[in-house]
Amino acid sequence: MTLTTDHSRAVADGAHSHGAVKPQGSRAERLTSFSLEDIPVPNGREEEWRFSPADRLQPLFQSDLGSSGVTVEVTAAPEVKVETVARDDARLGTAGKPGDRTAVTAWNAFEQATVVTVPAEAVASDVTSVRLTGVSADATAAHVLVRAERHSEAVVVIDHNGVGSLSETVEIVVEDGAHLTVVSVQDWAEGAVHASSHRARLGRDAKLKHVVVTFGGDVVRITPDAEFTAEGGDVEMVGLYFADTDQHQEHRLFVDHAVPECKSRVTYKGALQGSGAHTVWVGDVLIRANAENTDTYELNRNLVLTDGARADSVPNLEIETGEIAGAGHASATGRFDDEQLFYLQARGIPEIEARRLVVRGFFAELIHEIGVPSVEERLLASIEAELEKSMSVITGAPTA
Amino acid sequence: MPTLEIRDLHVSVETKEGPKPILRGVDLTIASGETHAIMGPNGSGKSTLASALAGHPKYTVTSGTVTLDGEDLLAMTVDERARAGLFLAMQYPVEVTGVSVANFLRTAKTAIDGTAPALRTWGKEVKGAMENLRMDPAFAERSVNEGFSGGEKKRHEILQMELFKPRFAILDETDSGLDVDALRIVSEGVNRAKENTEVGVLLITHYTRILRYIKPDFVHVFVDGKIAEEGGSELADRLEEEGYDKYVGANATATA
Repeated sequence: MTLTTDHSRAVADGAHSHGAVKPQGSRAERLTSFSLEDIPVPNGREEEWRFSPADRLQPLFQSDLGSSGVTVEVTAAPEVKVETVARDDARLGTAGKPGDRTAVTAWNAFEQATVVTVPAEAVASDVTSVRLTGVSADATAAHVLVRAERHSEAVVVIDHNGVGSLSETVEIVVEDGAHLTVVSVQDWAEGAVHASSHRARLGRDAKLKHVVVTFGGDVVRITPDAEFTAEGGDVEMVGLYFADTDQHQEHRLFVDHAVPECKSRVTYKGALQGSGAHTVWVGDVLIRANAENTDTYELNRNLVLTDGARADSVPNLEIETGEIAGAGHASATGRFDDEQLFYLQARGIPEIEARRLVVRGFFAELIHEIGVPSVEERLLASIEAELEKSMSVITGAPTA
Repeated sequence: MPTLEIRDLHVSVETKEGPKPILRGVDLTIASGETHAIMGPNGSGKSTLASALAGHPKYTVTSGTVTLDGEDLLAMTVDERARAGLFLAMQYPVEVTGVSVANFLRTAKTAIDGTAPALRTWGKEVKGAMENLRMDPAFAERSVNEGFSGGEKKRHEILQMELFKPRFAILDETDSGLDVDALRIVSEGVNRAKENTEVGVLLITHYTRILRYIKPDFVHVFVDGKIAEEGGSELADRLEEEGYDKYVGANATATA
């Protein structure tokens, strides 16, 4: 296994502060806006687009996104309220502003939003399921807001299926003392293009578990932002992805420690196989000057199963205060190498089974961290399906 | 009686400068229940023999034959060789992150036997074998070889030899890097396997130390890619006193 950690952009400003000067490229300076004019169509060389296939995302950069390409269905737990509201509903747009072109096109084009509300002090007795299904290739905008009111508890799973071209916003508001789990599954069919801005805002003692699972689609780019607004907030961000031939899967996270006494944990793991499989993970964590006693750790691991696949992994930790409880990051990209294969084969285990063993092992721990049994089961099944594909990669047989 | 027969084996290794011959005509026959020690100086090709027999992709057999019970071993894939009854205790066992020892042992046992071991007895068998090798039960839940000490890795290799019950086992410098206690524990494991299963053993070592615990029936001195001298266990005693100078010197003269 080779270990590659990019510390090049990690800065500890508190140690050598010169007034209010921020490091160049700081996330604190990144423009966010609701206005299309403020965030123009990118040329692909911008920091936030430099790993992305901008040409394949072109349809989602346009300002005239429709609303017909994706259908939305919700099955809610009995305690949970679901509404479809017009875009002028006052509850929308409260969890931060768009930070890139697809986020701003999504915000400006959606006609109706799906609002899932977990009422104050309610404890949802079942998973609430939001299903977005792509029904045509028309570039479409969608908006989902999940609100967990104070001291409520719920699990919400947002599924993406079919063939679609979707620019999406998922707003997540976790009020004081609420415990919310949001799972976003990208299980698109071949041909789908999906950009999604997840913007989460946490209140005092609020707890969010945010899970992203990406398997399908041609291009999937998810940008989860989490912002703490009061002390005691706790966010756990978990991600799993599995990229095949010519798939681009990108996950860019930003955790904004703007207030003291908050905790964040980020763990993303991905496997890649086939030529042109490309994954990108960028984890930005900003600990602002007044965010004392912040505790943060982020980790990304990638497992490259075949030649011709590429995993980019860039953790960025910016620390503007010296008074922190803990801050760290790790990134490693390993190959399933010939020596591992030889060892397992020398114990009688055939190559296909050896790969299976290694990939299952790689994901196992993280899958159990999700804590939503129905999602865990589906995930295991998806991994098996991906492994079936890798079998055909090895044997040269066509993919079923 | 099953035999492992090696005839005029020539093996090359791939290097940047092209293939480099390492083994230059090895002849060796091992019958069930026999223990053969292969001893020799560093760089003589002992470990290449072990890896080539197991089918490591880095090595190419350029001529010669190897048969296990009359079957052409060289025509088999690595996993087929293992299922045919060949076991290699590796000198440098590799880490397999995320795969627990328990899961690995069960998967390998199932592959080798062709059927899953009976749940009821397998757990006991693994536990007992680990106890014999003084391995902490917590080991079963750790990732294969990850963070293992040198001694733990070697015990784990011999644990597999005991559980998989191969017909022929190659021990590639299993003694290297072990302290006296660990050497004794590991040797006891090999001896148990010999008593219980009639396994034929090819014991590759640089030192005579392990031969105090595992008695060889035959000793072969390996020099420059082939066997230079053969004898009984008394040959090991002589090597203990004289070292390999004689062979290395003779070879140096011959090739000068």
